[in-house]
Amino acid sequence: MNLTVNGQSHVIDVDPTTPLLYVLSDDLGLRGPKFGCGLGQCGSCTVMIKGRAVRSCVTPIGTLADSEVTTLEGLGTVEKPHPIQRAFIEEQAVQCGFCLSGVILTAKAFLDQNPSADEESIRRAMSGVLCRCAAHVRILRAITRYAREHA
Amino acid sequence: MSGGVASFDFTSDARAAFDRAGLSRRAFLKGSGALIVGFRLAFVDDLGLAPGSVTAQRLDGAGSSQLDSWIAVAADGRVTAFTGKCELGHGLSTAQAQLVAEELSVSFDRVTLLQCDTALTPDQGTTSGAQSHPTNFNHGNLAQAAATAREALVRRASERLGVPPDQLVASQGAVSLKVDPSTRVGYGELLGGRSFAMNVDPNARRKPPHEWTVLGAAVPRLEIPSMVTGHFEYVHNVRLPGMLHGAVVRPRAVGATLLGVDESSVQRLPGFIKVVVRQNFVGIVAEKPWQAYQAAGALRVSWSDGTLLPGHRDFHETLRRQQPSRDTVLVNSEDVDQTMAHAARVLRATYRYPYQMHASIGSSCAVADVQADGATIWSATQAVYPLRSTAAMLLGLRPESIRVIFKMGSGCYGCNGADTVSYDAMLLSQAVGRPVRVQLTRKDEMAWENYGFPFVIEERAALDATGTIVAWDHESWSATRGGRPGPSNPGNVITGLLAGYQPFGVPRGPAPRPTSFGNTSNTVPSYVTGCVGDRCGGTGTIASQRVLTHAVESAFWTGPLRSPERLQNTFAHESFIDEVAAAVGADSVAYRLRHLKDARLAEVVESAAQAAGWDSRPSPRAGLTGTGLAKGRGMACVLYEGDNGYCALVAEVEVNRDTGAVRVTRVVIAIDCGPVSNPDGLKNQLEGGALQGMSRALLEEVAWDDHNVTTVDWRTYRTLYLGADVPAIKTVLINRLDVPATGAGEAAVTVTVAAIANAIFDAVGARVRQVPFTPERVKQALADRPA
Repeated sequence: MNLTVNGQSHVIDVDPTTPLLYVLSDDLGLRGPKFGCGLGQCGSCTVMIKGRAVRSCVTPIGTLADSEVTTLEGLGTVEKPHPIQRAFIEEQAVQCGFCLSGVILTAKAFLDQNPSADEESIRRAMSGVLCRCAAHVRILRAITRYAREHA
Repeated sequence: MSGGVASFDFTSDARAAFDRAGLSRRAFLKGSGALIVGFRLAFVDDLGLAPGSVTAQRLDGAGSSQLDSWIAVAADGRVTAFTGKCELGHGLSTAQAQLVAEELSVSFDRVTLLQCDTALTPDQGTTSGAQSHPTNFNHGNLAQAAATAREALVRRASERLGVPPDQLVASQGAVSLKVDPSTRVGYGELLGGRSFAMNVDPNARRKPPHEWTVLGAAVPRLEIPSMVTGHFEYVHNVRLPGMLHGAVVRPRAVGATLLGVDESSVQRLPGFIKVVVRQNFVGIVAEKPWQAYQAAGALRVSWSDGTLLPGHRDFHETLRRQQPSRDTVLVNSEDVDQTMAHAARVLRATYRYPYQMHASIGSSCAVADVQADGATIWSATQAVYPLRSTAAMLLGLRPESIRVIFKMGSGCYGCNGADTVSYDAMLLSQAVGRPVRVQLTRKDEMAWENYGFPFVIEERAALDATGTIVAWDHESWSATRGGRPGPSNPGNVITGLLAGYQPFGVPRGPAPRPTSFGNTSNTVPSYVTGCVGDRCGGTGTIASQRVLTHAVESAFWTGPLRSPERLQNTFAHESFIDEVAAAVGADSVAYRLRHLKDARLAEVVESAAQAAGWDSRPSPRAGLTGTGLAKGRGMACVLYEGDNGYCALVAEVEVNRDTGAVRVTRVVIAIDCGPVSNPDGLKNQLEGGALQGMSRALLEEVAWDDHNVTTVDWRTYRTLYLGADVPAIKTVLINRLDVPATGAGEAAVTVTVAAIANAIFDAVGARVRQVPFTPERVKQALADRPA
């Protein structure tokens, strides 16, 4: 099957029940989406498909023929980060950083749909995302900063 | 930011070096000897260092008295520093690079820090216990090495220029004449990529903090740009040519032993390579990770029934009765019973703390390449050298033939699954002779990790007629099993036990009399004098004191979880001082200060209270009657580990008297950890510590049934999601420049739990003495209030 990831087209030949995460990390060698729980509970594996934040650890690849997938790498680069990534750098809103696919892509997908969302609704939108280092204060500050400046 | 740790990619650099050297992939895979040499060359090459300038002193590991073990200067002036204290997500690599830049007077972006690699960095034991700052930022180790290097470069310049050293100044990677800055010679030119070939000078002069320009500044963390853009290489991302993937099959119940494995149940599965059995250890190797997990799930394994676990509901009563125990007396003035007998009043309270988890967001992962004559292990362990030592035991190899390379995992907060999964990977790799990567499933992580210790703590205080405490009696019971493997106990974690090693046992017997004062676990409350023999090491004024602990065998694995024992003990001490203050109608801040003699501890208490706008009055607040929301505030303080950082925290809460729900609305933290290396990094640690403490105070508890842990995912083990209503956090950094640096990363979490308990009491007059403070427990405490 064909799969477009971060603008690049790939031909994928794996068991269709394989979750997308494994294709991204093991067949395509991407580092952004991460295995945290394999249960869709923490958000570490999040990618964007059709503008929505999707948990790739519980999404079988067989359901995604001809889809376009964006991972954390697809937003921006170290040299030219996406504005939401820049907001996280500016706020130093990271400890171990393992949660960032869930944090950044969930926030971006939500703000793309709700550009004028207030802080309370942003927080609600993030309610299924985990940051175990508890960098909550900075993370919410980075997201609202991005929302204020760019969304 | 360039040139830092983040941009330095171990594996691809090594591969590139092999390509440049014309070595084949076969050579890469064939022998770890070649592998290690290859890695070493890659570093030397990429950092502009001449062969031999870096590696000779490090071949045998430590060599920490030798300057070249810590610092290397390339011909182009770039500086490489080697540290045995690793980045765990707490900003330590950036702070260490700042330290080196400062002491060496070289610009920050010319410094590369290499961390925790048994082939390259000095043996600094374990990155734990809030010890990295005390170890590397005071007068010794990395700081002293950098200072030595600066003085050595100045001496070389003195010889080169024919000018006495005191007329020279080191700045921006060069030594110049004080009177004529244009006469200068660069470090690269002075050393020319050669080694220093000298010892670290214990008398080399460290720069005083008031001269600092880089250290002490809020330098942004090096790793963050690559993390937020998804390029950072965690241990989970390490990929080697020819690498296979493993999964483990843990016992069906605690204590179950292996009866048999039916390999035919998985032999036809796609990608299946091998079933590996070693005593009670069972694992699968497959071509791909998804295939490995599928095969692990499908493998038919028979196990014995295992042990019957103690009941979860009345666990703390079981813990308190359990025998035998290892008893310890930390202080005993031997007059406590008499003082209690003659006191105007005696108060007592019992506090209960559950098992809690590290529960790292990324399940633990490691990659091992074990060959007949050596091994390389990529691990998020906090202890590369000790892991090398226990790996040698498990693999039957010489420690010198094993290289352990630290790669960051997700936040660990102590001894999570990083060591055990390293054992998993190496056992599987040894069985197939190829590199194997293992990432645990969520359940395997949570069911078998080394939990934070459960406790029952009894506190008793005798008061005189004025309401002053005249005696403090503390007795506690905790359960323990295993812990960090250290250099010789692989059985301290689950994989080591399954492979045939026993955990370090709980030595039994009555407590000997203490011979010196130590308070590394904060078992001794802050309010006693801590007198043992001639020395009084405590921070308080209460002279009549006894602290007795009992450790018993745990049914579950335990190990250091951020602020191990310190948090549990501080929860009890700081709740109890609050209870006593309330009982005598005293303001709890004033009452603390009345029993403290340590000026720095008193100062953090006063600073936090002042910054919080603390209104001096007894708890609980007036006007307790009614329903619905009630607000309160509480304080707690600690001198972490008895000598490793002062912290006080005020929590403000809102308690819903109808539902028992607790919302923390504001947190104010004051800290004194000596000279601050990076104020923003420190704030980040304090904020995260406070919120992790809030998660542990309100939500977290390991539960089990007759045979198994039942909290095995994020639905059953509750923690603080991003949607939680988090408090505003204010931090007060007391930047004390004339004292040694202490730890700081475990300070805030230590005091948060008690501060919240005290705030709940202030709000509603109900005392919660069992963690976590669930709505049910708060409602019960409300119902238990004296009429």
